[in-house]
Amino acid sequence: MHKTISEKILADHAGKPEVFPDELVEVRVDFAFGNDITAPLAIEAFRRSGAKKVFDKDRIGLIPDHFVPNKDIASAVQARMLREFAKEFDLRYYFEVGRMGVEHALLPEQGIVLPGDVVIGADSHTCTYGALGAFATGVGSTDLAAAMITGKVWFKTPHSMKFIFRGKLRPWVGGKDLILYTIGQIGVDGARYRAMEFTGEVIDSLPMSDRFSMSNMAIEAGAKVGIVTPDSITEQYVSSRAKRPYKFYQSDPGATYEAVYDWDISALEPMVALPHSPENVKQVTEIANTPIDQVVIGSCTNGRLEDLRVAARILKGRKVAKGVRCLVIPATQLVYMEAMEEGLLEIFIEAEAAVSTPTCGPCLGGHMGILAPGEVAVATTNRNFLGRMGHVDSKVYLSNPAVAAASAVLGRIAHPEEVLS
Amino acid sequence: MKIQGKTWKFGHDVDTDAIIPARYLNTTDPAALASHCMEDADAAFASKVKPGDIIAAGKNFGCGSSREHAPIAIKASGVGCVIATSFARIFYRNALNMGLPILECPEGAERIQTGDELEIDLDSGVIENLTRKEKYRAQAIPPFMQKLIKAGGLMEYVKEQMSERA
Repeated sequence: MHKTISEKILADHAGKPEVFPDELVEVRVDFAFGNDITAPLAIEAFRRSGAKKVFDKDRIGLIPDHFVPNKDIASAVQARMLREFAKEFDLRYYFEVGRMGVEHALLPEQGIVLPGDVVIGADSHTCTYGALGAFATGVGSTDLAAAMITGKVWFKTPHSMKFIFRGKLRPWVGGKDLILYTIGQIGVDGARYRAMEFTGEVIDSLPMSDRFSMSNMAIEAGAKVGIVTPDSITEQYVSSRAKRPYKFYQSDPGATYEAVYDWDISALEPMVALPHSPENVKQVTEIANTPIDQVVIGSCTNGRLEDLRVAARILKGRKVAKGVRCLVIPATQLVYMEAMEEGLLEIFIEAEAAVSTPTCGPCLGGHMGILAPGEVAVATTNRNFLGRMGHVDSKVYLSNPAVAAASAVLGRIAHPEEVLS
Repeated sequence: MKIQGKTWKFGHDVDTDAIIPARYLNTTDPAALASHCMEDADAAFASKVKPGDIIAAGKNFGCGSSREHAPIAIKASGVGCVIATSFARIFYRNALNMGLPILECPEGAERIQTGDELEIDLDSGVIENLTRKEKYRAQAIPPFMQKLIKAGGLMEYVKEQMSERA
């Protein structure tokens, strides 16, 4: 039988010659992790179960990133739970403040999650690692607890949907725009329970950072995974980082897809998702006069070095508009260091943007940039639900880093070329 | 297993930030989470909801984050069952793992309105709308899953099985 990449990875991890859509399978997990919001519930469930050991101390990660550096006393207590559990079970991958990063940027960067893996994380954006050619998906804390004990998880094998992107990307258009366009086309439940597979000549030449942005937001279409076939670009990214052996899988010609979308994106402009849904997508030029109060450049979607370079190209020698706050949050310590070495942080600070230590912070309305009633933000993050970044009467527009930086300069939603021309 | 109560109706794509906003995720205490349940969709919900009440909603209920705090908040607020046209994938799994009964029922989700009195039979999957004198059919909840729900969730169910074996 001809199989998709997702079916092949699941079959290998289930110890079966092949698996079929809708088939329930129990699979071996290569890596399982949680953060300072979800791991406390998993640790409580782990304790309640009476378990005395973890399945493998090298395959479990605890990454405090959401409410750290501790935003309040309750958050400090939650973060301490992770620290103490990691110490008790001698976990190899616990990342303290000062060594950490936003989990979905950190784990690939450090070569801890790899092509061909089955990865579960108690965080919905775990689907990010689909960009590496891994079967990676978000689960709840109880599923994480069970996997920490057994090293296994059960799945319903998803049907696959294929997305073919043809043509040539215009300037200032990247992975974020492709995924916003896709969600705009199929809706926030358009791929519910499905494996999305991103293919075509545009994806073939797309850098890893853009692929991560796309896979990251597969959950915003309801998908279980958003996967890219690993290739030479993947190999170049992974080979020097990998902490373990890895394997490239690819879909067979003639594999079965529930749906195939075939788009020529040569005319695609930078896209923006309007409040309060990631499917509420328009071209940036259609809403370019919307005044804003805050810009956030960062997160697991767009907080990588390549994203900061794009923002710096626009902010260099310019100032953030009066009355606007611009927050730049490198996603990991390494991104922070490299941005410093390249002089990007200097550009941001001279532009009068605030540069923060890595944290999820404002993306989920945690801390470090909460919105007041009536305020409007442009963010390179992944969700713009009602109240997501603060008060229920605030608004979030999602965009790529170039649009976010240009909007910061002009004090309104803007196309990057409005600033550069 | 039967559930009877009054309904609170919500729309499509109710996300986990609406069910329990992230600003309250610095605790895992069910009662504390329940006091903010559905706050950004209906600020008064937590003070209005009564034990045994039922939530009905449209498509893709529970979309967004993987936070288990969402079904915990709903369950701890006293809600006995959530009926929706469809559920987001992670929420579906989390709800059952937390021992919160949920039913996919497009017809019921469309017809049921706030205030309707429902009687739900999990064995048969039949939802009886006592207010409108209507019946809707959902998938029955299989015996093992009802046992899991009665135990209070997946971990409690696993513990029961471990002690049965001992």
